[in-house]
Amino acid sequence: MSIIYDRRRFLKTTTLAAGATALPMTLVELAFAKPADNFSFAYISDSHIQQIKGAQFVRNWDRGLIRAVAEANLLSPRPDFVIFGGDLAQMGSKPELDHGAEMLSKLNGKVYHVMGEHDYYLDLGEYWSKLFGKHYYSFDHKGVHFVVLNSILTYDEWTFDRWPTAERRMAEMAGLDNPNGSPFMVGQKQRAWLKKDLSRIEKSTPIVVLSHSPLQKIYKGWNFWTEDAEQVQALLAPFDKVTVLYGHVHQIQYNQIGNISFTSAMATAWPWPYPETYAQAQQMLPKLTVHMNRADPFFERDATGWQLIDIHTGRASVNYNLYNNAARTVAFDEHSGQPKDLSYQETDGRIAPQVHY
Amino acid sequence: MKPPLHVLLAAAACAGLASAVVIAQPLGLPPVPIPRDNPQTPEKIALGSKLFNDKRLSSTGEVSCATCHDPANAFTDRPLVTSRGINALTGTRNAPTIVNSAYFALYFWDGRSIDLEDQAQHPMINPVEMGLQNHEPVLQLVRTDPDYVEMFRAAFAAEPARVTMKEVQQAIASFERTIISGDSPFDRWYYGGEQQAISEQAKRGFDVFMNKGRCVSCHVIEQDHALFTDNRFHNIGIGINRIQDEVGKFAPAFLEAKARGADVDKTVLANPKASELGRFAVTETLDEIGSFKTSTLRNVAVTAPFMHDGSLATLRDVVEHYNNGGITNKEDPVNDFLSGGIRPLGLTEQEMTDLVAFLETLTSPQFAAQRQAAGNLPSCNVRTPTGGAKEP
Repeated sequence: MSIIYDRRRFLKTTTLAAGATALPMTLVELAFAKPADNFSFAYISDSHIQQIKGAQFVRNWDRGLIRAVAEANLLSPRPDFVIFGGDLAQMGSKPELDHGAEMLSKLNGKVYHVMGEHDYYLDLGEYWSKLFGKHYYSFDHKGVHFVVLNSILTYDEWTFDRWPTAERRMAEMAGLDNPNGSPFMVGQKQRAWLKKDLSRIEKSTPIVVLSHSPLQKIYKGWNFWTEDAEQVQALLAPFDKVTVLYGHVHQIQYNQIGNISFTSAMATAWPWPYPETYAQAQQMLPKLTVHMNRADPFFERDATGWQLIDIHTGRASVNYNLYNNAARTVAFDEHSGQPKDLSYQETDGRIAPQVHY
Repeated sequence: MKPPLHVLLAAAACAGLASAVVIAQPLGLPPVPIPRDNPQTPEKIALGSKLFNDKRLSSTGEVSCATCHDPANAFTDRPLVTSRGINALTGTRNAPTIVNSAYFALYFWDGRSIDLEDQAQHPMINPVEMGLQNHEPVLQLVRTDPDYVEMFRAAFAAEPARVTMKEVQQAIASFERTIISGDSPFDRWYYGGEQQAISEQAKRGFDVFMNKGRCVSCHVIEQDHALFTDNRFHNIGIGINRIQDEVGKFAPAFLEAKARGADVDKTVLANPKASELGRFAVTETLDEIGSFKTSTLRNVAVTAPFMHDGSLATLRDVVEHYNNGGITNKEDPVNDFLSGGIRPLGLTEQEMTDLVAFLETLTSPQFAAQRQAAGNLPSCNVRTPTGGAKEP
């Protein structure tokens, strides 16, 4: 059955359903020279499938991935492909990756995988590779050059020489604010590959880079960070239009550095609060020792979700499908030359900060 | 008909009003919200009551609002699983009680109607309910029948030719806003401080309700009143579980039909599969696939069967469904779109029995008397072997 939707109708529906998450169809009426080059893809990330023992897995994380897959399969018109943004597993084990891959196998259409640190640091991505292929690669789609990087590597000494066991290495990298941790990086070898890969691409070709970590420096303690971000950005600098889409942070972030537009993805597993650095002033909050789980602790899916991404004239609109929350769209704004949260940007549309307790 | 109402007629103290209605506030309930443009008056309520019970509002002259919302049956059509309209046609959904519906934020199981006034017009013209083609016959009746002519004059100061569906709907809504009931043993215990009002077992069940059972998160209890609903919509694994494999085909197909002009009210009551899409059919939001309105729990012991499709026969069946994590039979697959609030609860046999005992304390005195008189109601605390209700 093939169903053609009138895009304008969805725009209308979305307006009417304010406050709810509308079926995230392509929301923008497009009027560009080559509309055939416009396309969309789904982006699911950070499922953290976690084995308890044997065939027993954490139900909450399972349900998050199952739901994202089921919803992505309902999209009509079909997105051209699906990106899985990394951290499919929690402790990188074979049973976790197998269980996650089984749930992802229900997705209709082609899936491209990004490596996350939780997939990697047990066996350095060996089993992940058997399931999903190369750690980093590129492909072209309808005039856009896609680059998938493994951005969660770190110093060789930390990876190869420091830990008595692979399990210990995985556990150390999984910790937040962990003094034993180590910053993520793309690394010299991969940067050389990237330079070569990009050398054959016209500067006017839109570039979309998919990485697990942000490819910018936000907060080191939680590895919202890529140590060689500047070098990677320098390789991307000559291109007219560059979009970096990343997971890892379990929250909505967007930023513009030079020609590069950054937008993050939500997790299907759990949300993170904003790191303290976001207060932009000294604050005397107690150190985060208990993880914030849900904005509304009753609804396990609250503050999780997944993305439908529109690419038009080489720029991205990221439509967030957020359970129990209003849908959000972060889209590149031609006027200001940076990504913009379409609903949150207006001052009077914001939720007022809490001033009393 | 003498419905069990808490209506007190009071001489109007306010200057300029001919009369006003003060509804005595039962223990456990907040004041009834009354829309500014439809104030309660005795004349309007009496008119609404007449309309509510008038079978001439159906195409066959055999079905009134009260057919499915029977005052003698706690304003339900118990024990029917789904409602029976003209020519014994059945719809897809279980008739919810009118009792305390005045407090709902949205109406119908999928919230497709925004208030009682709007809601009242739809069943008359639904093919499987009252079956009229349009509202013309209703207007014909109320403009010509001498009783109605007089009552509309009294209620709205409207001459026959000026009566529209707006007045008809307002009158029915005004009547429905008088059908409220609290004063249950729970209210007397929790809000009234009567220690002996409910049993020790029910008190243990209340603890399950508030804590391990996770019930109170949706069936809300406030400090000075309890409506037992959050007025929200949740996929709890009912109905949608029957069409799991077809959602991928059905949800887009429904949207396509809707875009082509299919009427949501008619489609969801006539088509069992479309019905199970729940609130998604109204809002088209992915988050609401298979989700339905949280019912109040007041008088739940006398309104079996349960859920939007009447698929669970006893309160024990309902509790077991939740205890299983949103599946009626333990071996059933969990729905992909299940609410994040629903997960296995790990309740013991004793805890489930206690919880049902608590739910039985939510019956208001007048409906407890009905139950007593009926004499043959099935026990709430028995698990149905098949895990589901059967057509009687």
